[in-house]
Amino acid sequence: MNQRSIRRLTLFMLLAPFLLWIALLIVLPHAGIFTLSLREKVAPLVYTVGPGNYLDFFREPIYWNTLLRTASFSVLVTALTFLVGFPIAYYIAKIAGRRARGALFLGCLIPLWVSDLVRAYGWMILLRETGVVSSFLQWTGIVSVPVELLYNDATVVVGLVYTVVLFMIVPLVSTLDGMDNSLIEAGYNLGGNGLTVMRRIVIPYAMPGIVAGSIVVFMLTAGSYLTPILLGGKNSMWFTEQIYEQFITRFNWESGAAFGILLLLFTSLTVWLGLRLSGQSLASTVARNEA
Amino acid sequence: MAAIHDLECRGVRKRFGAFVAVDGVSFGIPSGSFFSILGPSGCGKTTLLRMIAGFEEPSEGDILIKGRSVLSLAPNRRNVKLVFQHLALFPMMNVAENIAYGLRCKGVARGEIARRTADVLERVGLPHAGSKDIGQLSGGQKQRIAIARCMVLDPDVLLLDEPLGALDLKLREQMKIELKMLQSQFGTTFVYITHDQSEALVMSDRVAVMNHGRFEQVGAPRELYHDPVTAFVAGFVGDSNRWPGRVLDRDPAGVRVETDSGLTLAACEAGGVLRRGDAVEVFVRPESISVTGAQATDATDATDGSGEHNRQAGRIEGTLFNGANSRILVRTSTGEQVEADLPQRGPDIGFENGAPVVLAWERTGSKCFARAGEDPAG
Repeated sequence: MNQRSIRRLTLFMLLAPFLLWIALLIVLPHAGIFTLSLREKVAPLVYTVGPGNYLDFFREPIYWNTLLRTASFSVLVTALTFLVGFPIAYYIAKIAGRRARGALFLGCLIPLWVSDLVRAYGWMILLRETGVVSSFLQWTGIVSVPVELLYNDATVVVGLVYTVVLFMIVPLVSTLDGMDNSLIEAGYNLGGNGLTVMRRIVIPYAMPGIVAGSIVVFMLTAGSYLTPILLGGKNSMWFTEQIYEQFITRFNWESGAAFGILLLLFTSLTVWLGLRLSGQSLASTVARNEA
Repeated sequence: MAAIHDLECRGVRKRFGAFVAVDGVSFGIPSGSFFSILGPSGCGKTTLLRMIAGFEEPSEGDILIKGRSVLSLAPNRRNVKLVFQHLALFPMMNVAENIAYGLRCKGVARGEIARRTADVLERVGLPHAGSKDIGQLSGGQKQRIAIARCMVLDPDVLLLDEPLGALDLKLREQMKIELKMLQSQFGTTFVYITHDQSEALVMSDRVAVMNHGRFEQVGAPRELYHDPVTAFVAGFVGDSNRWPGRVLDRDPAGVRVETDSGLTLAACEAGGVLRRGDAVEVFVRPESISVTGAQATDATDATDGSGEHNRQAGRIEGTLFNGANSRILVRTSTGEQVEADLPQRGPDIGFENGAPVVLAWERTGSKCFARAGEDPAG
């Protein structure tokens, strides 16, 4: 075998796992779901091809309202996650000492070792009617009867922010870590106050990290299932719940598949819109072209 | 009262825990001069600069700009601008935005910003660079933009933190001249810190040599080179032959020193009075040594440190060719290695390796200092 064909074989073997993964786990299932979504049931075991499942979605306000609600809550969660995550990331990357930095970063990562389910139950122990917070409020006398803190929108939002905040912090820490401190000092030296330096230097510099974190957080939130169900209960009205219901409860796979495709399209559209508005490209969030 | 200095430090001291980074430094810089702080890395010069810019607070002492103390002013309120070591140009802004940043912070009107930005770009010789991205600039251009970004704000003092360090040699030589020109053109006081003695000597009106947090000597480059007052300055500024030894005896004109390897030299006391038996270091500049060819026979007789002049015989060990700054290495009969300038005149008089030569220099050419650590003054 000559050098060239060896090189080609090596390349192929290195790419093989990736190609298999893309083909078998991403492309194939989506193609399957997509074909399924175009199948209309006309009689038991009789199907035709058509957009009926999609039309159903638009005909029934509860469906698209749920999707819009899910999307707007996801945007809200993303914004809150940024507000909570940015100061933490800034502290870890720029203010904390070298030793503390590692410990703090690790501290942020530890909750990831516990499953979402357990973390959601953690919230339930705290917030349910007989939970820790309710009992504490009664004990201090602020309230006289047990209060139910679960099953409302605010709790869902708080729970989601808690679940995904890490995915905002990690990319932010790594972008801010790569930022030369002298840029911040130059910002002050040239006459900027804290706000100017933050707004005109730190945030623009961290933009790729902010966008990367926001995309991940938005996608995770829009596609999350456990947290909204457990903390929001029956009336959380999360779109994944609708999909689940179509697939499992109603056994209407065609409709569920259509909803799945719609969720994917809708979130992709939102991300694209976000990129356009922030003036970033997907490529710039992955790699920075250094000067 | 003395004339108001653009920048004045009074007994500035900075401690980091038990470590004293800057140890009681006082100086004043008159308006419009180019002042350099020269010292090895870790001597405290960057800390001093950061205190002037306001990024560190002195533990003791006072810093005055145009006669007014700035200790209570935040960094963004001081009219001292800093050119950072790696320039710290903002990568997400183009050239014009980088320059306009400071003006916008000041709240200057939009039209005025455009006018002043164009004006300063003109002055640094890059009139059409405004719309370029920072990544499109060459090293020298980035340098000029970093200076322009500060100068557009009319600072009282411009601080420069080894900005030439990242450039290659050729460009560095060119930028030295350019910086000096820019300084005289703007007429602003420049404070330049560097560990490169040639940068400091070439550009500055005055240079402070710093070591272990203190100023060893402050003076014009010529003074530092020809009349160093401490062994550190003699060793750090310019090249020297350097020999440890002891004082044999003294006379009104100077001292006689025997080096550790047994060479006897006539030397002058450059850093204070010495006594017999003092441990000393002797510095001799290569250019003050004259080299002549010698017959192998009279070479041994030529060794003589007893008179006003020093004469040493030796053999050439090697030549360090560097154009006009070429040197030869000579091993003396006592075993010392001496570096001397290669005579430039006339045809090559046979300076081959192994050739016998006689080295001669004036007593004033050997400067003698008490050895560090054994200096009674501290």
